[in-house]
Amino acid sequence: MDFVAQLTVFVLAIFLGFELITKVPPTLHTPLMSGSNAISGITLVGALLAAGHGGSTLISVLGFIAVVLATINVIGGFMVTNRMLAMFKRK
Amino acid sequence: MQIAQNWIDIAYLIAASLFILGIKGLAKPKTAVRGNLLAASGMGIAAVVTLLHHSIVSYEVIVAGLIIGAVIGAILAIKVQMTSMPQLIAMLNGFGGGASFALAAAEYFKGVDTTVAMAASGAAILIGAVTFTGSFVAFAKLQELIDGQPKGFPGMKLVNLILLVGAVAAIGYMTVTGQPNDTLFWGVVVAAALLGVMLVMPIGGADMPVVIALLNSYSGLAASAAGFVMGNSALIITGSLVGASGLILTQIMCKAMNRSLTNVLFGVMAEGGEAMDADEVYQGKIKASSPDEVAMILETAQRVVIVPGFGLAMAQAQHAVRDLADTLEARGATVEYAIHPVAGRMPGHMNVLLAEAEVSYDKLKDMDTINPTFEQTDVAIVIGANDVTNPLAREDKGSPIYGMPILNVDKARTVVVVKRSLSPGFAGLPNPLFAKDNTLMLFGDGKQAIIDTTAALKEG
Repeated sequence: MDFVAQLTVFVLAIFLGFELITKVPPTLHTPLMSGSNAISGITLVGALLAAGHGGSTLISVLGFIAVVLATINVIGGFMVTNRMLAMFKRK
Repeated sequence: MQIAQNWIDIAYLIAASLFILGIKGLAKPKTAVRGNLLAASGMGIAAVVTLLHHSIVSYEVIVAGLIIGAVIGAILAIKVQMTSMPQLIAMLNGFGGGASFALAAAEYFKGVDTTVAMAASGAAILIGAVTFTGSFVAFAKLQELIDGQPKGFPGMKLVNLILLVGAVAAIGYMTVTGQPNDTLFWGVVVAAALLGVMLVMPIGGADMPVVIALLNSYSGLAASAAGFVMGNSALIITGSLVGASGLILTQIMCKAMNRSLTNVLFGVMAEGGEAMDADEVYQGKIKASSPDEVAMILETAQRVVIVPGFGLAMAQAQHAVRDLADTLEARGATVEYAIHPVAGRMPGHMNVLLAEAEVSYDKLKDMDTINPTFEQTDVAIVIGANDVTNPLAREDKGSPIYGMPILNVDKARTVVVVKRSLSPGFAGLPNPLFAKDNTLMLFGDGKQAIIDTTAALKEG
């Protein structure tokens, strides 16, 4: 993908983000933060590619660190968000 | 099995769409759980198709990383107490920044061949490392491993500026020349790591909600930059969504504290007029009350508003407060909760703490909704909140907190303030609310005071 196409996606996504987030009520701002942490764990896809690349030891180590950290974000983020939201759901 | 790049990209698009639907679900508590599950399934799809990518030749490192990360993540999510949620979020922000940093570094050592990739990997390394170290300083402050007071030394801002300019210049140099330079690379890493520490150290405990929101935004931007390095639209989209989210929350927090972002970042408190003498404000005007007296007033109350602050969570009084509210409701009164945006230690924290005590979310009212109703309120009960109820913010133009939006509890017929002593809040100011004619002070431990009041109410 060329740079301008990437930049287009980036800018449009920021506008979309503003529209989406302003509709989230203050009651759910903490789950919003943990949930957004979870989805920013999407770096996992890049981390998987780096860790499985089979390059030098340094690259594998960095890839391994990235996989661990991103997975903590994904699993921890989605689980804790679910735990909080379940408390809001009852009643 | 290997699949074509196009199919992988389409799977990423589906994942990104599911993330967007997930955040959309968070617009209402009813749809929020489903939203979270949609987002999680998007992540599952993205991860699975990535594993089928042709460039992945070995799975040992991947599997080890996934297992270790999943175990740590699950333990953190299950064990964390709701009062410690800000610490967990600070940690997750840090891990997010760290992941983007490690990813961009791996790409750098694989060899970045385009100008865009070089500039973007520089940005991801810089923002990622700042987020990583900054978040851990924030964590240490919240966990009280280090003193929450602002810390700094003369010339700190200048040092920060030099570090930032130096790091940007080094990235710029590598980008323009197109020559990766490992010495410069490690220089950027060290500068960014130091910068993260020194940016958060001077920020005081009361401003932590802003810092957490801002670091949340940074972790998103770092992911986005990593997306530019890899030419991966899923990362770009998701990173910018998170970046926007953190930025909006940062703005909300700043507005709620009447501080500009610059003031928060550089640890500047608003200039006050002459210092107010607490004795002068309180002298002879404080009416200390008892649980029995408060219960007597509550007996005839039709409408009661509870104003919780972080002190309520510190005293573990959420369930006691819920009991009191249940008792009042059984007697026919309406009870609502007034939540100031900075009532907890991060955006929305107080709501989570009350939801944990099984308070229904439709009784949690934000500041703009509840403020007009105080005039029709018989009793407002303030527990563990101080600065956010201080009428100086409304009335005294010389006050450092003048202009900060507050909960107008003083408009209620009777105000009951549950507090250990007359000590000031974060702003260090006396609170004239305590000295008003319609205010009763109920001194003591928040939880015990509420339990005693509920007991007296049930007897009477």
